[in-house]
Amino acid sequence: MQPTTIAWITLCAPILAAALILLVTRTNKPLAAGLAILSALIACAGGWFLFSQGVTGDFLGFNWISIGDSFQVPIGIALDPLSRTMLVIVTTIAPLVFIYSIGYMKDEEGYWRYFAGLALFLFSMLGIVLANNLVMMFIFWELVGVSSYILIGHYFRKDSAADAAKQAFLVNRIGDFGFMLGILLFWVSTGTFSFSALNSSAGLFVEHPTMLGVACVLIFCGTVGKSAQFPLHVWLPNSMEGPTPVSSLLHAATMVAAGVYLLARIFPILSASPEACDVVAWTGAITALGAGILATQQDDIKGILAYSTISQLGYMVTGAGLAVSAALPMFHLFTHAFFKCLLFLTAGSVILGMHHEQNIWKMGGLMKKMPITFLTYCCGMLALSGCPFFSGHYSKDLIMACSWEHHRGIFWVVVIAAALTPFYMTRQAMVVFFGKARTEHSEHAHESPLVMIIPLILLAIPAVCAGYAPVEHFFFHEIGSLAEPEVPTFVPTIFMAAFLAGLGLAFLIYRKAEKDPIRIPFLENRFYIDDLYFWIVRIIQGGFARICSFVDRWFIDGILVRGSATLVWSIGFALRFLQLGNIQAYAFFFGAGVIGLIYLILNVR
Amino acid sequence: MPTLANYLIASGILFAIGLGGVMLRRSIIIIFMGLEIMLNAANLSLIAFSRYGLVNGHQLFDAQVLVFFIITVAAAEVAVGLAIIVSLYRARQTTHVEDIDTLKF
Repeated sequence: MQPTTIAWITLCAPILAAALILLVTRTNKPLAAGLAILSALIACAGGWFLFSQGVTGDFLGFNWISIGDSFQVPIGIALDPLSRTMLVIVTTIAPLVFIYSIGYMKDEEGYWRYFAGLALFLFSMLGIVLANNLVMMFIFWELVGVSSYILIGHYFRKDSAADAAKQAFLVNRIGDFGFMLGILLFWVSTGTFSFSALNSSAGLFVEHPTMLGVACVLIFCGTVGKSAQFPLHVWLPNSMEGPTPVSSLLHAATMVAAGVYLLARIFPILSASPEACDVVAWTGAITALGAGILATQQDDIKGILAYSTISQLGYMVTGAGLAVSAALPMFHLFTHAFFKCLLFLTAGSVILGMHHEQNIWKMGGLMKKMPITFLTYCCGMLALSGCPFFSGHYSKDLIMACSWEHHRGIFWVVVIAAALTPFYMTRQAMVVFFGKARTEHSEHAHESPLVMIIPLILLAIPAVCAGYAPVEHFFFHEIGSLAEPEVPTFVPTIFMAAFLAGLGLAFLIYRKAEKDPIRIPFLENRFYIDDLYFWIVRIIQGGFARICSFVDRWFIDGILVRGSATLVWSIGFALRFLQLGNIQAYAFFFGAGVIGLIYLILNVR
Repeated sequence: MPTLANYLIASGILFAIGLGGVMLRRSIIIIFMGLEIMLNAANLSLIAFSRYGLVNGHQLFDAQVLVFFIITVAAAEVAVGLAIIVSLYRARQTTHVEDIDTLKF
């Protein structure tokens, strides 16, 4: 088989599975799950084949829109080192989560809907990864938004889930609006949508650096929405209303990484604009710090992980903004995808073992009840915290070391955020797994079924060793250099100190805590940002809606629609009285009309 | 020798009689007859104009030919009209126009 064919099969297998599940297998649970998993495995095999063969090239599928010579939107697949690595990440994690879902969703309603949503999501994500131009990526970008909406709103009978799905979609739309403007701006100035042409077009902007900066920042708006950067981060914690495997796959490992992937995709052109890079780096750093602070005061086991995801995405965005190499954010994306997926799946295992209890203060002492979950959780938690010899340590320290070299202000921000990471993760670990059982449920917690345990173990392996030098070289040497920057010797010591400080502090505070000893309402309420947005929506959008409703009801409806109808009706009502039902009267009107016409013709000119 | 004016006056009287019949009588048959009288009044004035109106000293017969056509069409119209009246009578058992006022508001 041609590599082209394999690439197209990889892309299209999940959408076929989604269609089949929706059309055929609505009542057959094993078949629905089987189809979805089969498509994910096909995509996985295809992804690894393309990666191992090092297939490179731009394969045109067909021209979707073609207006003249200047406006060409092809649908095509671009395979280069970047998309190959991303392809492997997505297609490796997806089947594991699909399999895990069999166990987690066993007793839930809407089983087929869930698996169809997962397959649709996988298709859209692969589309983003393989797209060879901005418009195609934008289409799949929106498809990811749709499938995310479907999956977050899986329990749509619950108001909070329906609201969260709506919010995720709408907040993403705000970012996507900027993304679309950025695409158009790039098209206006370069006349192309394709990544390869765009990335070599930096020369066109020598005269107009502002134009380039604005276009890059507009594209970055898409990242801000999809990767939940400040100030559009509010949707991600709320999206935890979805089933836990969804949180794991979409809102930790792959979908939110699409924003970072986008930055890596346009990296050559992005790095040509220092101003845009500064905006990107600072947004990432602020997000990393802010989300880290918020994570320390969450009580929901998934809420903590959600904020830590935002924080880690902040690191990746910072890495892209440092303009060192496209491999820098991708490396952290790579390691993060594994350990964050693992953490969410262990959280799901805990939630299932606790009979759908998510408040960490109602857990405790789960270490003995759920040993495998605990061990795999530790792998993920240490990797996230940046413990030496775990994957997160390598990628995060690399970003921080690069920021030391390029931007001292950002460096200190991300170091503080790096100290917060072990703090809130240790807090979670201490409260959930150590100590005594706090409630009835945690007394009787049980280990999860095998179908959920195996993906945990399989994910724990890369969570530990994805950061080692051979792995890093294998996946990233073609994308760009990941050489350790020259930093003073005390810089790694700072990282180590930050890690140990966070870990030790949390250990001391939460070792014997029965309920949270630190209560900061400002942080518990998420900086009041959600309330602020709610207020803005209510005042501005609500007011605008009221004006629109007034205009609609009184002007459009009242005057234009009903007014014209009333006018016609009343004229008809008046003329009705001419219908006398007397034939002579009609003849008289007719004669009078003829005489009137003759008069008009003869005497009026 | 009667002049053109005599013919036109006769035609006008005929037309007025027909119009009066149409406007004043209540029986639909009489109204129909009034219509035919008006039609023939118009025919009479056409013939008169044709007879007295010379073009370059010659008489033109166009109008007289037109009258033949009108008579033919009128015959056909009478056939249709009478048929309608007959079926109306069958449906309503009346030929008085005042009784036929279904379309009145």
